[in-house]
Amino acid sequence: MASLTITDIRKKFGSQEVLKGISLSINASEFVVLVGPSGCGKSTLLNLIAGLETINSGEIKIGDDVVNDVQPKDRNIAMVFQSYALYPNMNVEKNLSFGLETRKVPRDEIKKTVDHVANMLQISELLKRKPAELSGGQRQRVAMGRALARDPAIFLFDEPLSNLDAKLRVDMRTEIKMLHQRIKTTIVYVTHDQIEAMTLADRIAIMKDGVIQQFDTPQQVYDNPSNLFVAGFIGSPSMNFIPCTVIKQNEDTGVIFKTGEETSFFIPIKRTDLSLTEWIDKDVIIGVRPEQIASGFHLQEGNKQIHEIMCTVQVLEPTGPDTLVFVNINDTKVTCRVNPLDAKQPGENMKLMVDISKVLVFDPDTKMRIGNVA
Amino acid sequence: MGKETSKANDKKLRNIKFRNRLGNLIPKIMIAPTFTVSLVCVYGFILWTIWISFTSSKILPKYDFVGFEQYNILFTQEPRWWVASLNLFIFSGLFIAICIALGLTLAIFIDQRLRGEGVFRTIYLYPMALSFIVTGTAWRWIMNPSLGLERLVQQLGFSDFTFRLLVESNVAIYAVVIAAVWQSTGFMFALFIAGLRGIDNSIIKAAQIDGASLKKIYLRIIIPSLRPVFLSAVIILLHLSIKCFDLVMALTSGGPGYSTDMPATFMYAFAFNRGRLAFGAASAVIMFITVMAIIIPYLYTELKGTRNAR
Ligand SMILES: Nc1ncnc2c1ncn2[C@@H]1O[C@H](COP(=O)(O)OP(=O)(O)O)[C@@H](O)[C@H]1O
Ligand SMILES: [Mg+2]
Repeated sequence: MASLTITDIRKKFGSQEVLKGISLSINASEFVVLVGPSGCGKSTLLNLIAGLETINSGEIKIGDDVVNDVQPKDRNIAMVFQSYALYPNMNVEKNLSFGLETRKVPRDEIKKTVDHVANMLQISELLKRKPAELSGGQRQRVAMGRALARDPAIFLFDEPLSNLDAKLRVDMRTEIKMLHQRIKTTIVYVTHDQIEAMTLADRIAIMKDGVIQQFDTPQQVYDNPSNLFVAGFIGSPSMNFIPCTVIKQNEDTGVIFKTGEETSFFIPIKRTDLSLTEWIDKDVIIGVRPEQIASGFHLQEGNKQIHEIMCTVQVLEPTGPDTLVFVNINDTKVTCRVNPLDAKQPGENMKLMVDISKVLVFDPDTKMRIGNVA
Repeated sequence: MGKETSKANDKKLRNIKFRNRLGNLIPKIMIAPTFTVSLVCVYGFILWTIWISFTSSKILPKYDFVGFEQYNILFTQEPRWWVASLNLFIFSGLFIAICIALGLTLAIFIDQRLRGEGVFRTIYLYPMALSFIVTGTAWRWIMNPSLGLERLVQQLGFSDFTFRLLVESNVAIYAVVIAAVWQSTGFMFALFIAGLRGIDNSIIKAAQIDGASLKKIYLRIIIPSLRPVFLSAVIILLHLSIKCFDLVMALTSGGPGYSTDMPATFMYAFAFNRGRLAFGAASAVIMFITVMAIIIPYLYTELKGTRNAR
C-alpha cells in the first residue's frame, strides 16, 4: 500500500482540456471513489495515474516518488477495466500469471500466487477455461484476480461493476469492500453510480467537467454538499431544489412555500452555521432531501425545526418501504418520502411535515452553497 | 336478408382464403426457378461429372462404365498431372504465406494510427477490384522480357539486367505467385485491420501495466487472438488457389510448355482442348474432393464455434 498525491494535473486531447487542474491527496490504504457523470474525465484521470497517458502539467506522486515519467509497469499499480480486458487467447491461469511472468517471477512462486488468488476469489475451478467460456461475473472475478496477483501498491478500478446485472453488482460491491478490509491496499475506484460511491468509499471525490467539486467522506458529501451539482448528484431520489425569496417575518428570516393558489406557508430557516440576513429580499434555492419532507417524524411534538404544510398530491410512486409522493411547491415538482400507510391518492390534499434542521441554501447565480461550508 | 349477407360473407371469406393461399404461394413460386436451376446446374452437374469420370467418354459423353480407369491413368501415367499438383502445392503454399505475412504486417503498421490511413487502405484494396484476367494480363506485360521490366531497366542503361521469371519454365510458377499476391494482399490487409480494430483497447492497456513490451503484446496477445481471422484468411486463399484458372490463363496460359499448369487449367486442357472428357472429369472430381476435404472441417469448426459463443 502507498499514498497517492496528485497535484494540479492538467490533460488536453487536442484543443479540448479534459482535466483542468486536479489535486487529490489520498492516504495509504484509503478507499477513494471518483464519481461523476459520463465523459467528465474519470477514466482519463485513472489512465494518467496508471501512466497509460502522459500528463500535460502537474505532478503525480506514489508514496514519496514522483512518477510522472515512470512507465506503467514500473509504477507498482494494477488496474481493473470496465470491459475486464482479459487476454482472450489465454486461459484464466495464464491471465493471472502473465504479469508475473513478464516480471520474471520464479515459476513455483507464480504457481503459489495464482493458487492463492484463485482461492481467495473462488475461481479455482475455472483456471483452465478461456475468458469466452466464463459468465460476466466470473470474468469480473478473473479481472480482479489478475490485479490481485501482482500485489500492487495501488489498485485502480475503472467502473468494474457496470457491466454486471443489478443483483450481481450489489453482491460484488460487498465483496470488493470486504476484500479491501482484508488486504488494505490503497484503492482508487471510478464509477458513475453514486450509490456505489456512497457504499464503498472512505472518501468520495465528485468530479464534473474535469474539475473536482468536492472531496470528502460519504456522510459529509451527503449532508454538506459544497454546491448544487454535488447536492443533486449524491442521493437517490435526488435532493429537491425549490426556488424561493428570503423574507423577514416577525424577527425570523425564512422563505415561503406556496403549495396551491391560496395556500402558502412561511418556513423559518434557522441553522447555527447559516445566517440569511444578507439575503433578505433576494432569490435563493432551498435544498431539501425527500426524506426531510414526510408524513411525520419521530419525536416531532414541540420540535421547532419541523413545520407543517398542506400539499396536493400529484403522483405516487410506491417503493415498498416508503412511498414517494410528488407535490408542487413554488411551481417546482418536489419529491417527498412518506409512510405508505399515510400516502393520499393523487388529487387529494395531504399534510406533510418539513424538517428544516438539515436544509441547505444555494446561491442561484454561483450555484454554491450559502453558509459555512465544511 | 340474413341469408343474403351470409352468402356475401361466404364469398368474402373465400376471397380472403384464396388471397391468403396466393400470398403463401408467391414466395415459393418466386424461388422455384432459381432453386431448380441451381439444383440442376450445380448439384446435378456435379453428379454428372462424377458419373462421366467413370466412363470412357472422349469428345462426346458416352455412358459406359470403366471403373477407376481414368483415375488410374491420371495418377500413374500422366506426368503433367503431377506437375499441375506440385504447382498447386508450391503456389498455394507461397501465395497463402506471403499474402498473410504482408497483409498482417501492413495492418499492424497502419493500426499504429498512421497518418493518411484512408489513402493507404484505398491503395492496397484497389487491386482487389480488378479481375484475375486483368491482373494476369497486366503482369504478363510487366514481366515480358521484350516489353516490360527487363526492357525498361535495360533502357535505363543497365544492359546486363535480366528478368526472365515468366519465360524460364522452372521458375515461371513464381511469376504466378507474384501476380496473385499483388492482387490479394490488400484483401488480407483489410481482413486483418478489421480484426485488429476489433480488439478491445483496454486489453493492450492491461498488458502494458502487466509489463509486456509492444513486441510481446503483439506476439503473445494480439496475434494469437486473431486466430479466427487467420483461419478465414487461409480458407479464402486456399480455395482461391485451388480454383486458380483465369490468372494462369491470362498470365502464362500454363506455359512455358506445361510448366505452370494447375489442376484447373489441366482439367480444361484435357476435357475441352484434347477431347478427353472422362479424363478431365476425373481430374475435376479429384479437385472437388480436395476442396471438400478442406471446406468441411472448416465449416464444422466454424459452426461449432458459433454454437459455443454467447
Ligand atoms: N484518447 C482520447 N482522445 C481524445 N479525446 C479523448 C480521449 N480519451 C478521452 N477523451 C475525451 O475526454 C473526455 C473524458 O473522457 P473519459 O475520461 O473517458 O470520461 P469518463 O471516464 O468520465 O466517462 C471525453 O469527452 C472524451 O471524449
Ligand atoms: Mg470512463
